Amino acid sequence: MSAAGMNAGGSKAGSLIGKSMPRLEDKALLRGTARFIDDINLPGMLHVAFLRSGFAHARIERIDCAAARALPGVHAVLTLDDLKPLLTTPYLVVALPSPHFKLDLHRPALADGEVRHVGEPIAAVVADSRYIAEDALALIEVDYDPLPAVADCRAALQPGADLSHADQPHNLVAELRTEFGDIEQAFAKAAHISRADLWVHRGGGHSMECRGDVAIYDDVQDHLTLYSSTQAPHAAMQQLAKILGRPETGLRVITPDVGGGFGPKLIFYPEDVVVSCAALLLKRPVKWVEDRRENFIATTQERDQYWSMEIAVDDQARILGLRGEMLHDHGAYTARGLNVAYGSAHTVVMPYEVPAYDLNIKLAVTNKVPVTPVRGAGQPQGAFAMERLLDVVAQEMGLDRAEVRRRNLVRAEDMPRSKPIVTRGGIDVVLDSGDLPAAQADVLRAADWDGFKARQRAALAEGRYIGLGLANFVEATGRGPFEPATVRVDITGRISVMTGAAAMGQSTKSMLAQLVADQLGVSMQQIEAITGDTARIALGIGGFNSRQTVMAGSSAHLAAKAIREKMIKIVGHRFNAVEEELAVADGRVFVANDPERGMSFGEIAQAVAGLPGYVLPPGVSAGLEATEYFTQDAMAYTNGAAVAEVEVDVETGDVRVHRLILSHDCGQQINPMIVDGQLMGGIAHGLGNALFERMGFDDQAQPVTTNYGEYLLVGAGEMPEVSLLHRSSPTPLNPLGLKGVGEAGVIPTPAAIASAIEDALSPFGVRICQAPIAPQEILSLIEAARQNADANPAPLAAGMR
Amino acid sequence: MKVAPFHYHAPASKQEALDLLAHYEPEDARILAGGQSLIPMMAFRLARPGHLIDINRIPGLHGIDLRGDAIYIGAIARHAAFEKPIEPGPTGRLLADVAAAIGHAPIRSRGTFCGSLANADPASEWCMTATALGARMRIEKSGALRELEASEFFFGIMTTALEADEMLTGLTLPRLPADARHGFYETSRRAGDFALGAALAIYRLQDGRMQDARIVLAGAEPHPRRLADAEACLNGEVPSDAAFRAAAEAAANAIDPLTDGQVDAGLRCDIARAVCHRALLRSLA
Amino acid sequence: MKQPYHLQVNGRDCAVEAEPRKILADVLREDCGLTGTHIGCEHGVCGACTILLDGKPVRSCLVFGIQAQGADIRTVEGLADGDELHPLQQAFMEHHALQCGFCTPGFLMLGAALWESGAKPTEAELQALLSSNLCRCTGYGNIQKAIASALDARDQAPKRSGEGAP
Repeated sequence: MSAAGMNAGGSKAGSLIGKSMPRLEDKALLRGTARFIDDINLPGMLHVAFLRSGFAHARIERIDCAAARALPGVHAVLTLDDLKPLLTTPYLVVALPSPHFKLDLHRPALADGEVRHVGEPIAAVVADSRYIAEDALALIEVDYDPLPAVADCRAALQPGADLSHADQPHNLVAELRTEFGDIEQAFAKAAHISRADLWVHRGGGHSMECRGDVAIYDDVQDHLTLYSSTQAPHAAMQQLAKILGRPETGLRVITPDVGGGFGPKLIFYPEDVVVSCAALLLKRPVKWVEDRRENFIATTQERDQYWSMEIAVDDQARILGLRGEMLHDHGAYTARGLNVAYGSAHTVVMPYEVPAYDLNIKLAVTNKVPVTPVRGAGQPQGAFAMERLLDVVAQEMGLDRAEVRRRNLVRAEDMPRSKPIVTRGGIDVVLDSGDLPAAQADVLRAADWDGFKARQRAALAEGRYIGLGLANFVEATGRGPFEPATVRVDITGRISVMTGAAAMGQSTKSMLAQLVADQLGVSMQQIEAITGDTARIALGIGGFNSRQTVMAGSSAHLAAKAIREKMIKIVGHRFNAVEEELAVADGRVFVANDPERGMSFGEIAQAVAGLPGYVLPPGVSAGLEATEYFTQDAMAYTNGAAVAEVEVDVETGDVRVHRLILSHDCGQQINPMIVDGQLMGGIAHGLGNALFERMGFDDQAQPVTTNYGEYLLVGAGEMPEVSLLHRSSPTPLNPLGLKGVGEAGVIPTPAAIASAIEDALSPFGVRICQAPIAPQEILSLIEAARQNADANPAPLAAGMR
Repeated sequence: MKVAPFHYHAPASKQEALDLLAHYEPEDARILAGGQSLIPMMAFRLARPGHLIDINRIPGLHGIDLRGDAIYIGAIARHAAFEKPIEPGPTGRLLADVAAAIGHAPIRSRGTFCGSLANADPASEWCMTATALGARMRIEKSGALRELEASEFFFGIMTTALEADEMLTGLTLPRLPADARHGFYETSRRAGDFALGAALAIYRLQDGRMQDARIVLAGAEPHPRRLADAEACLNGEVPSDAAFRAAAEAAANAIDPLTDGQVDAGLRCDIARAVCHRALLRSLA
Repeated sequence: MKQPYHLQVNGRDCAVEAEPRKILADVLREDCGLTGTHIGCEHGVCGACTILLDGKPVRSCLVFGIQAQGADIRTVEGLADGDELHPLQQAFMEHHALQCGFCTPGFLMLGAALWESGAKPTEAELQALLSSNLCRCTGYGNIQKAIASALDARDQAPKRSGEGAP
């Protein structure tokens, strides 16, 4: 391309991409002037508190709200019967479609006579203040008839198990089978077969801001506005339209600043319906902000998976096949779908060449809060299963763990590599790009993998148990089909970009502004990015699956490009110049070697804004606005590898992660500073999943970790030294080669840490088969290994290899 | 998670506070000192006192008095006041070592030494410290004063000798002699968490041998106490890893271990052994 | 029963009429109109509501508003000088020390306590201090870098005239 083609004298499109730029979001957040859901205060606003079930499973015989209604300051106490006149159905029918469902388990907006988990909302108090609303909760009388609770997904599927829903025939909500290749043949000809039984647990999303809604009903216009801290405003609007039977034009969902999402906020919740109904019924603005106790018992979580797996390898440790079963805790209702289990199943086979695979998954209904995606969405579990199996293979065959992986990773020269599986939406899975062996080599080099044995021996001589662990991963990003963006220049020259994407802290506004600024030759600060408002753009899907930069970013890029081209065309016509002579800079389009001849963005917008009776410039349509629905069905696969170094205190069972190295490839980066930020957050989350985060329930399915003293999030004191390494293999799937990054850090981290703990404890020969793992479990493993060694010395020697 | 209603009192004098406590005790009156344990319980509505008597505005309760043979600590002396040694001797250094392990800075700037004792959490570092140093508790109610030794004060998990109409208005800590050495070690899941186990070991070093040894653990048992069997392993011995290990083993054997969902009896004993041994090692630093 | 009282917040008087049970965080947010102080857990663990009370960092969910009468209360809204960000805020921006920004006011006020105390913590001390607050987005590293760099800048800045005189 000639220099003129790059718009001599003006900005070169593409020059901003890949640069670390300060974020648009920061100033308001730093000054305390951002508007989160709880910061919205309106005249006459009322406040909601929910009465929630204290039983995991019970029939409700009677609800008496009289005393609560009589409390001064209380405006209403609502049960499902009070809502029914407003609803087309009492149920939130939200499940992603699948032929594999055996049970329909839709949540009611409020309890419908049977509660199926602790925390399920039964009634809502609407009062002058949240304090009064909570006082009134204590005055509502509920007669419960307790039913047997299903507390464990393993017990749920035993013959004769108690039923999680008294009106359902069994507890098996779905069964999925992922299979390809000749699995029997693979195991028949295997030189070696390794096995692992694993428990992988994940906790909640734990955004620092809980959920919340503010509903405002305008009875003049018969219009309902719901401010909601959701990751998916358009989906929420569509759900409201269905359940309230209102036209979409009579509804608007807006996301204010959102204090973190991490998955659970993508769900449409009963509270969203109830708060909307309260505003409709009382014709007053109504606010509900979830408190942390509610967040533990009523916001969806990921939870337990039990894997029982076998791997067949040849005499060179090359994988021949994988088979096994996985049991997935679905929770009490279908609040999203089968997607977490799908994600787990697919992740297992993504980084490696696996000729045959047969995984059967059962999803069990339990009397616990529903399971839906949390950052990683099943992928950390899948990676954990595969990486643990490969460590077992290495140990049993006496091979280096990295070498076993190297022999099996998908090679760069084989990209794109088709996988014989389809996504839950029926789309072929193709690993589009990346160099997995190189990513692994990066982390091994940075960790001095080969030199570690000497360090480990030296440490052991001092009584210190250090270990190194490795995990590879592939992350499915950029879930389709689209996320639209509109770019508009108004007659004052102001530029805005609007999208269905939702911002919840992942720098979405900055990302969009950077892409638009790049095309239009202005600074990011000159662009207003509007996210999460259903009145600004007709369609949207929302923020999850590391998809928004890929999908909304591509749309914004294309829309801004269209605006740029349109402006060049208008100015070229006006000044009789060809495109190559024109420059775009400083909010103007002008003739590069005669800058006086040009127009400001505002003048260009005015030229196509239409004047009564005057013609538009030839060959251009009205308005300086472009909307793109960039469509990408296939997913863009990010990849990478992680090494963790840990030290285990064998007297207390305490594990400290000293170092974590992550190599990562998300294709073309837009803002490297933000990419690193996403990775760091994911790593911290993964560290929590490896060692700390455990959502506990007792045998009656009562949650037992419902505060931040009992449920342990990673703090600054637990963070290791982190090194991030980058590669860039742009995907061919979209114009800029973008892949997602939001969930990458969390996927390999638990597996790498488990591997490192096992390595540190190799003198005892223990095997780590779970995440998270707590001090008590570490000491139990050591103790069992010691007893085993006393009884039978040989295995210990083998363990010390 | 909003606190249930209560009546608020902000007395200007200790006498007024004690009178209010006597008057409202039948309506579940509670003293509000730092509030760092009480207010979370109220937020969960697990505590619903009818009256809160806020003693933060009472002059004379904040002080730490170093003038006498013993150190006097007033009811509202905050944890943070001990972060820098309050006196140059071994007692000041010991208190500073322990203070750094209490919760986090914003908790230490509000929570109080005496409040920790009255709350009597088994994992409390100050309960352990008061026991090891032989604190003398000053317990007052309207018209009466009594004093108790630390060994008489703690009854069990969050249970003390304090009656509902009584207030811990202060305590005295006997100073350690100049030849005293101490070691403190704590382990917790995360930085700043409640201790899974902590140990405080104190002894005098005379002619190279340990004397007057005191060993107290936190987080190990329902309430702290001196572990005589462990102390006996030290008295008369030269400081050595062998002596320390023997004491740690004795401590682990002596405790009636607390258990919970995270920690079973075996792990609690393992932790007790480890923290005791490490505290003793630190006494050599 | 609501009671009238006054608070001094960021150097300004704020007239409050609230029940004694109202925690300081709620009073600041609802009665003083200062919504920059965020509520993350209401049981004193997450630190999002950290403010300065007489110069010391305190959880505003673990103090009742009525207890803060007469105290010098500082919140995130008081950090910037008009349009000019406080050096800590500037450092947070430069180091990408915030993502969703919900926990940020609490971390800024922890940092502000350090800034104003003149203390210069070691890396380990700073990490221990920051362990008091939770952040789900950043993994903490950038928060620590931001505060450390702001404290460096504080200590290297030439004293303005009139400052530093005995």
